[in-house]
Amino acid sequence: MTLDDLMNRLGEWLKGEGPNSDIVMSSRVRLARNLNKVPFSHWATKKQREQTLASIKEALADNEFLKDGLLISMKELDEIDRNLLVERHLVSREFIQKPDSKMAAISANEAISGMINEEDHLRLQVMKSGFNVTGAFDIATKIDQSLAGRLLDFAFSSEWGYLTACPTNAGTGLRASVMLHLPTLVLTKQINKVLQAITRLGLTARGFYGEGTEASGDFFQISNQVTLGQREEDITDNIERIIKQVVEYEQNARQMLMAQERQRIADRIWRAYGILKNAYIISSGETIELLSSVRLGVDLEIIKDINRHQLNELFIFIQPAHLQKLEGKKLSPQERDVKRAQLIRSKLLSS
Amino acid sequence: MLCDLCGKNQATVHVTEIVNNQMSETHLCEECAREKSIQMEQQFGLSDLLAGLADLGTNLAGKTEEETKMKCANCGMTYDDFRKIGRLGCSDCYSAFHKNLAPLLKRIHGAVQHVGAVPIKTGQEAKKKSELEELKEKLQEVVQQEEFEEAAKIRDKIRELEKKNGDKNKTKDQGKGKIK
Repeated sequence: MTLDDLMNRLGEWLKGEGPNSDIVMSSRVRLARNLNKVPFSHWATKKQREQTLASIKEALADNEFLKDGLLISMKELDEIDRNLLVERHLVSREFIQKPDSKMAAISANEAISGMINEEDHLRLQVMKSGFNVTGAFDIATKIDQSLAGRLLDFAFSSEWGYLTACPTNAGTGLRASVMLHLPTLVLTKQINKVLQAITRLGLTARGFYGEGTEASGDFFQISNQVTLGQREEDITDNIERIIKQVVEYEQNARQMLMAQERQRIADRIWRAYGILKNAYIISSGETIELLSSVRLGVDLEIIKDINRHQLNELFIFIQPAHLQKLEGKKLSPQERDVKRAQLIRSKLLSS
Repeated sequence: MLCDLCGKNQATVHVTEIVNNQMSETHLCEECAREKSIQMEQQFGLSDLLAGLADLGTNLAGKTEEETKMKCANCGMTYDDFRKIGRLGCSDCYSAFHKNLAPLLKRIHGAVQHVGAVPIKTGQEAKKKSELEELKEKLQEVVQQEEFEEAAKIRDKIRELEKKNGDKNKTKDQGKGKIK
C-alpha cells in the first residue's frame, strides 16, 4: 500500500454500514501507551526520541494489523500529504506540526492506525463503521496485548494504571468515541439539553474535524472524559448505553418532524441538494452544512439516487488537502472553493 | 478583502473578539489565521488549565521551596516544570511527584485507583496488590454496615496477605545482609 492509494478508495470505517449507521457514522477507540522510564516525546532529546521511534517501529512492523499496510515517516511527507492523513482521521492535527522523529502506522483498510511520538510514545486507534465501540475496543486490546506481551515494556503503576504524558489520560489510557449525526435534534433545538446531559454523565462533545473544533454540519463526536478509576469495559459500556439513548432521541425527533412538518423538511433537503448540484464556488463550511441536510434526506429516504457511502466520500474529499492532492498542486482557498464545487457537481450528477 | 495582518493575501477567516465589552473584527488570510490560532492555543491551552490545577496539592500560601524544587531523578523534570508545561517528563515523574499528583488526579478523574487492565508482563504482581486493595475496600464497606463478624474475617485475610508480602521483603533484606 502507498499513500496515493488513499485517493482511490475510502477507509472501511466510512462504508456507511454497521449498527445504527443512519445516526452513528463511526465508532473509535484510542489507547495511549508509553515506554517505561523513557522520557515522553516532548521532554526527550532528539536521540531519545529516535530510540523510542526505533523500538516501537520494530514492535509494530511485524504486527499482523500492518500486513499490507503502511509505516510512514512524517518527515518524508510534504505538507499536503501530512494534512491528507489528518483529514482521513488517521493521525491528529497536533501530530503533524513538528514532523521530526514521528511515524504513522496505517492498516490496509484504514481501520487501525498508530502514531509514534505523538504526545505519548504510542497512540493506537481503531475505527469501525456505525455503532460498534466494543468491536473497536476488542481489536485495540488484542494489538495492545501482542505489543506488551512480546516487545514493549509499557509504563504502568498498580495505583495509577498506564502512565501518560498528560495526567488526563492516565489509568486506562482509553478514549472511546462515536461520531453522531444529529440534525433533527439540532433543528428542534433539543441538542443543548442533550449535550448538557451527556456532559453531566462524564462524556464530552466535539466537532467532526477533531479536537478543538466546533461542531459543524450537525456532527458531534462524543467521548469519555475520565480514564482513571473505571474499568475499560465500564467505559465502553457507559458510552454505549448513553449513546443508545441519544440515538433514540434523534430517531424520535426524525419521526416527529416527518409526521408534522414533512413539507418543510423535504424543502430544506431538496434545496440543499439543489445548491450542491449547481454551485460553482462553495466553501467547506457551507458544503458541510448542505451535505448534512442531504444525508438526512438519504436517511429519511427522501433522496434515493445517492447512498451514504457516496456522501461519506464527499465529506472526506471536499477537505483542503484532498482537493489539492486531486489537483496535484497547492491551491489557494479561492481556487479550492472552485475545485470543491466542481468535484461535488461531478460526483452528484454522475450518481 | 485583504488580510489585516500581512496585507498581501485574501482574507478568508473572520475573527470577532470581545475584550472589555469592546467588539473588534479582524479579517485574516489562511496563513496568518493559522499562526494566530497557534498563538491563541498557547495562551489558552490545556497545559495552563492543568498548571492551575497542579497547585491543588499544595497550599498556595504555604508552598515550601522544597515542593517547587521536587525533581524526578530519572528525567530531571522539576515539579515547577510540570506546572509550566502541563505534561510530565517520564513515567517516573508519577512517583517523584506522587504527593502532588494524587489530589490532581482526584480532581481530574474523581478517583485515585486504577481498576482497569494490566499489561501482561506486570499482570501477576499487580494482581496480588489489587487483591489486597480490594479487601481493604471491602473492609470499609462492611464496617460501615456494622457487619463486624465479616469485618474480622476480612481483617485476618488482610493481615495474612500483608504478612506474606512483608516476609518476602524481609527475606530479601536478610539476603543482602549475608552478602555483606
